[in-house]
Amino acid sequence: MTTIIYDGTFEGLLTVVFEIYERKLQQVKIHKEEWRDGALFETVLTVITDQTKATRVLKGLKERLSPEGLKRLYNTHMAEMTDSDKILLGYILHVFDSEKNIEEGYGNKYVLRLSELTKMIGRERHRMEAFIRFQKLSDGTFYAGIEPDFNVLPLLINHFRDRYTDQKWIIYDLKRKYGIYYDLDKVEYIEVEFSTDGDRSKLPAIYFEDEQLYQHLWKNYFNSVNIPSRKNMKLHLRHIPKRYWKHLTEKI
Amino acid sequence: MDAERITEKLNILADAAKYDVSCASSGSKRKNENKGLGNASNGICHSYTEDGRCVSLLKILLTNHCIFDCAYCVSRKSNDIKRAGFTVQEVVDLTINFYRRNYIEGLFLSSGIFKDADHTMERLVRVAKKLRTEHNFNGYIHLKSIPGASDELMREAGLYADRLSINLEMPTETGLKLLAPDKNRQDMIQPMGFLKQEIIQNTEEKKLFKKAPIFAPAGQSTQMIVGATAENDKEVLTSANYFYKNFNLKRVYYSGYVPVLADKRLPGLNTEVPMIRENRLYQADWLMRFYGFKVNEIVNDQNPILDLDIDPKLSWALRNQQVFPIDINKADLQLILRVPGIGVQSAQKIVSARQFRKLNWDNIKALGVAINRAKYFITCNSNIFEKRDLTGTAIKQFILAESQSKYLKTIQPQLSLF
Repeated sequence: MTTIIYDGTFEGLLTVVFEIYERKLQQVKIHKEEWRDGALFETVLTVITDQTKATRVLKGLKERLSPEGLKRLYNTHMAEMTDSDKILLGYILHVFDSEKNIEEGYGNKYVLRLSELTKMIGRERHRMEAFIRFQKLSDGTFYAGIEPDFNVLPLLINHFRDRYTDQKWIIYDLKRKYGIYYDLDKVEYIEVEFSTDGDRSKLPAIYFEDEQLYQHLWKNYFNSVNIPSRKNMKLHLRHIPKRYWKHLTEKI
Repeated sequence: MDAERITEKLNILADAAKYDVSCASSGSKRKNENKGLGNASNGICHSYTEDGRCVSLLKILLTNHCIFDCAYCVSRKSNDIKRAGFTVQEVVDLTINFYRRNYIEGLFLSSGIFKDADHTMERLVRVAKKLRTEHNFNGYIHLKSIPGASDELMREAGLYADRLSINLEMPTETGLKLLAPDKNRQDMIQPMGFLKQEIIQNTEEKKLFKKAPIFAPAGQSTQMIVGATAENDKEVLTSANYFYKNFNLKRVYYSGYVPVLADKRLPGLNTEVPMIRENRLYQADWLMRFYGFKVNEIVNDQNPILDLDIDPKLSWALRNQQVFPIDINKADLQLILRVPGIGVQSAQKIVSARQFRKLNWDNIKALGVAINRAKYFITCNSNIFEKRDLTGTAIKQFILAESQSKYLKTIQPQLSLF
């Protein structure tokens, strides 16, 4: 058993694949850089990311996978899910060990598991597209804070850029401490230092004057469309799990 | 804007519109090409109410003043309730401001008939026109077609709206006569037929000229209230099937009657909303649209009512046991789709995955099939399978004993057998 440590980047993962074939490694475990507490008797190999090697593996993947299939791998890696490295590595080795394209071969556990991870990421992305609630700031920019389960912010760019073309907006991932900002022309990644001074009385001043009115109207609307005689909280919670409530205007 | 007045209006007019169950915001393909606001494509449910229904659109009435007196409707003339009406600008402002905050996918605008059909329709069209032309709004717009509205107005509505709908309200003409004496079915069918022709014509034009304007790209839908009159499921589904086939409808919605009014023609105020029946109707509807079932396979003279304790696909399978068991590694997709416990996605996955290797029970389970139901109807790459010659009743009891119905509260008796 060999334990491989890599830098956590997608190129790094591809380099790992290269090394596995180069060194003919049989059983491997893979960990991101910060990992330290290994079993004493395992061989530990630190793989340094190498553009040339990564590019060769990427080329091989391109020949064996559809463009969507490759994108799926990349998005899954980027989502930073626990254990996704293991699945991705197993999947990629399966790709190279097979004669034909294996994307649809759900009988293989890696293929099936990757399709599940892809679905989870897709669902989280879709939830963000639905649950983001912008607040209009005094300068006219629309701001939304989110805390998605996975790192899906990059996957949201196209949707929001296509939709809100004529307003400036910021979507900020409060968990991962970075955001995306659209300035009426292009989207860029940003980091913001939030003030820690707890004076909440200053808060309303940062909002546009009609912001409170529309939040109030939305909450009222949300309550008016409910049909009490059809109440079904189980279904309600399945659709909007509680962890999303704190950023939903209508549930605060 | 007077905050208090607008809040009151919104409450009244959202409350009056909520019994319209349609909330779809999908099926359109309006792009944001003018550097404007919004687009409409796959549809997003932005929130869910405590009754578990999706909130996708700002669904309101323009006004709840109405000259009609339909027994099932809260806004009927003889009902003593608060009346209100929005101005065109108020609806526009609400839509734009909700949309910009990502609360909604767009607007679903309906209205009481305040003077006559054309006056009402004209006002609805004006809202849509203003949103599209003055505010560059490309979000989803669903307009109600007012029964009896003129062709001219319907054509204009189709140019601005993504979807149009006209509610049949009652599954049969007799039901409609009884409860809505002011309405007649012909007035509803007429605009529906007109729009169908326009949509077909527009599709043809689109093929020739890419730049032809889009016309109601998300098509038409309708709604039927079930449980207010005596129609059985066979009549409801046959009627739905007729409208799917003859008017190319995208959706038929079934709305379990919520008793809101006392009227001797209607079920009493304490009647429960027929939610299970409604659910079974939707399942049957899905079978017709996505699973290749014909309406008379689901309901017919021998079986005019859908079972409440099991879903219509399982019902069909139990009545047609001669078709089963089928071999999951060989059968056509069409046949796999008919197996209880296998949905459209798992069926497609099975067909893809079996090209790589023969599938066994573990594989099938991993693909998302509900084995506890499917196992009575399939064989696979394994010599373990259901060998007993079970009767339909026995299978049904086994399945019910193993499953947790989401309606456990309401259907108790079957489970106590074991």
